[in-house]
Amino acid sequence: MERHFDQDLQQLKERILYMGSLAETMIHIAIKALVDRRKDLMKDVYRQEEEVNKLQIEVDERSLQMIALHQPAASDLRFITGAMKINADLERIADQAVNICETTEYLLQEPPLKPLIDVPRMAQIASKMLKDALDSFVNKDENMARSVLVRDDQVDELKDQVFRELLTYMISDPATIKRAIDLILIARNLERIADHATNIAEDVVFVVAGKDIRHHIEAAETTT
Amino acid sequence: METMLESQPETPMTPESTPPPTPAAVETSHGIEAIKINTWFGTNHVLKDISMKIKPRQVTAIIGPSGCGKSTFIRCLNRMHEVVPGARMTGEILLDGANIFELDPVLLRRRVGMVFQKAQPFPTMSIFDNVAAGLRLNGMTNHGQLAAIVEKSLKRAALWEEVKDSLDKPGTGLSGGQQQRLCIARALAVSPAILLMDEPCSALDPIATAKIEELILDLKKNYTIVTVTHNMQQAARVSDETAFFLLGDLIEFGNTKQIFTNPRDKRTEDYITGRFG
Repeated sequence: MERHFDQDLQQLKERILYMGSLAETMIHIAIKALVDRRKDLMKDVYRQEEEVNKLQIEVDERSLQMIALHQPAASDLRFITGAMKINADLERIADQAVNICETTEYLLQEPPLKPLIDVPRMAQIASKMLKDALDSFVNKDENMARSVLVRDDQVDELKDQVFRELLTYMISDPATIKRAIDLILIARNLERIADHATNIAEDVVFVVAGKDIRHHIEAAETTT
Repeated sequence: METMLESQPETPMTPESTPPPTPAAVETSHGIEAIKINTWFGTNHVLKDISMKIKPRQVTAIIGPSGCGKSTFIRCLNRMHEVVPGARMTGEILLDGANIFELDPVLLRRRVGMVFQKAQPFPTMSIFDNVAAGLRLNGMTNHGQLAAIVEKSLKRAALWEEVKDSLDKPGTGLSGGQQQRLCIARALAVSPAILLMDEPCSALDPIATAKIEELILDLKKNYTIVTVTHNMQQAARVSDETAFFLLGDLIEFGNTKQIFTNPRDKRTEDYITGRFG
C-alpha cells in the first residue's frame, strides 16, 4: 500500500542527496582551487556552503515534523533518525571544504612549496567514500556502506605520510614552515571528511540492517 | 450452552513443545506459558499453534489487525474462551508451571484478572461495592478488612485520591477514565497474579490514556500484565515484549524495542509502519 508518508520520506531522501552532491562538489572545487592555484573558483564553495546550511535546517525540520505527526516505527524510524545524523555529517563536510578554501587563500599568496600528489589523492579517496556512502543510502546497500569503512584507514595513512614529508621540509628550511603547516591543515581537513563519510556509512548500515556498528561494537560482540 | 473444551491437543505434541514444569519455571513465579494453542469458533480456526512464554512482572503487548485472534488469545489465558457457545480449544496453558485446565475456573480467574475495552462498573453498586464485589463473592464479610483492601486497591489503581470522599456514590457516575481505573481496582482487589487487559484505553481520551499507561508501568512491579492494543505507540511505550498476531498466527514475538526498531519479519514491519494492505 502506497502511503502519503512515503512521499515525505522520498522528499527527505532527495534533500539529503542534494546536500550530498553539493558537499561532493565543494570538496572537488576546493582541491582544484588549491592544485590549479585558482582563487576565482572558491567563491562557489562559499556560496554552496550557505545553501548546505539552509538545507541542514530544512532536513531537521522535516524530520522532526515527520516524527511528531506520524510516530514512525521500524525502518521508517531508522530512516528518519539516520537522515538527521547524515544531515549533520554532510554539513560538517561542507565546513571542511570551506576550511580548505580559507587555508588555500593563504597558500596562494606564496609560491608553491612542492608539487601536490598525496593531498589530491586523499581528496579523491575521501570524495569517493562520500559518494559511495550516499549511493549505499539510496540503494539500501549494506555491503557498499561497509566497503566505505575500510577505506578510512587509507586516508589516515596518507595523512601521516603528508605530515612526515612536510616535516622534512620544515626541518631543512624554516621558511617553509607556514606553507607546510597550511598543507598539513588541509590534509587534516580531508582526513576529517573521510571520517564523516565513515560516519555516514555506519548510519546507512543502521538504516538498512538495524545494526549499530559504530566504535566496532559489532566486532566486540561477535568475539565475546 | 454448548461448551467444548479439549485439554488434549488434536495433534501429537513433541517432547520439546511440552516441557514439564521445572523448578526453574516455578521460581519465575506468575509467568504464564501457552503451548501450541489452537482455537475455533465453530469451524472457524481462529488461533493456530500459538506458543508463547509470557515473563513474570513484565508487560507483554499483543498487537495485530482486527480479527487476528489477539483478544481470543488473552481470553484463553483465563479460560473465558471456553464459555463462548461453539468455541473450543486445544493445547496447554501453564500458570507457574501448572496446567490451568486442571484448576477451578473461578479460582483461576481470581489469579488471572481481566480488564475490558469498555469500562463496565456494576451499575447498581457504589464505588466501594464495585471494588469489594469480588471479595464478598469469595466470602469476605468483615467490613474493616474489606475497607482496607478497597483502599489499597483504589490506591494501586491510582484512583483513591479522586474518589476517597465519594466511595458511596455510584461507580457509573465516574468519568470514562476513572471507570476504567475502577475496573482495574476491582480486578486488583482479589490479588491476581496476572492482569489481562483487552484494549483498556481504546475508549479513553489522551489524558485518561496516559494515566492508565502510567498505572500499567507501576503495576508491572507486582503483576504480570498482558495487554491487547490497537494503539501501536501504546504498545511501544508500555510493554517490555510485543507479540504480533496475523490471521491467527503468531508472526513475531520479542523485545519491544527490537520489534519497533528492527522487526525481523517483513509482515511485522509492514504492520507497524502502516504499509499493510
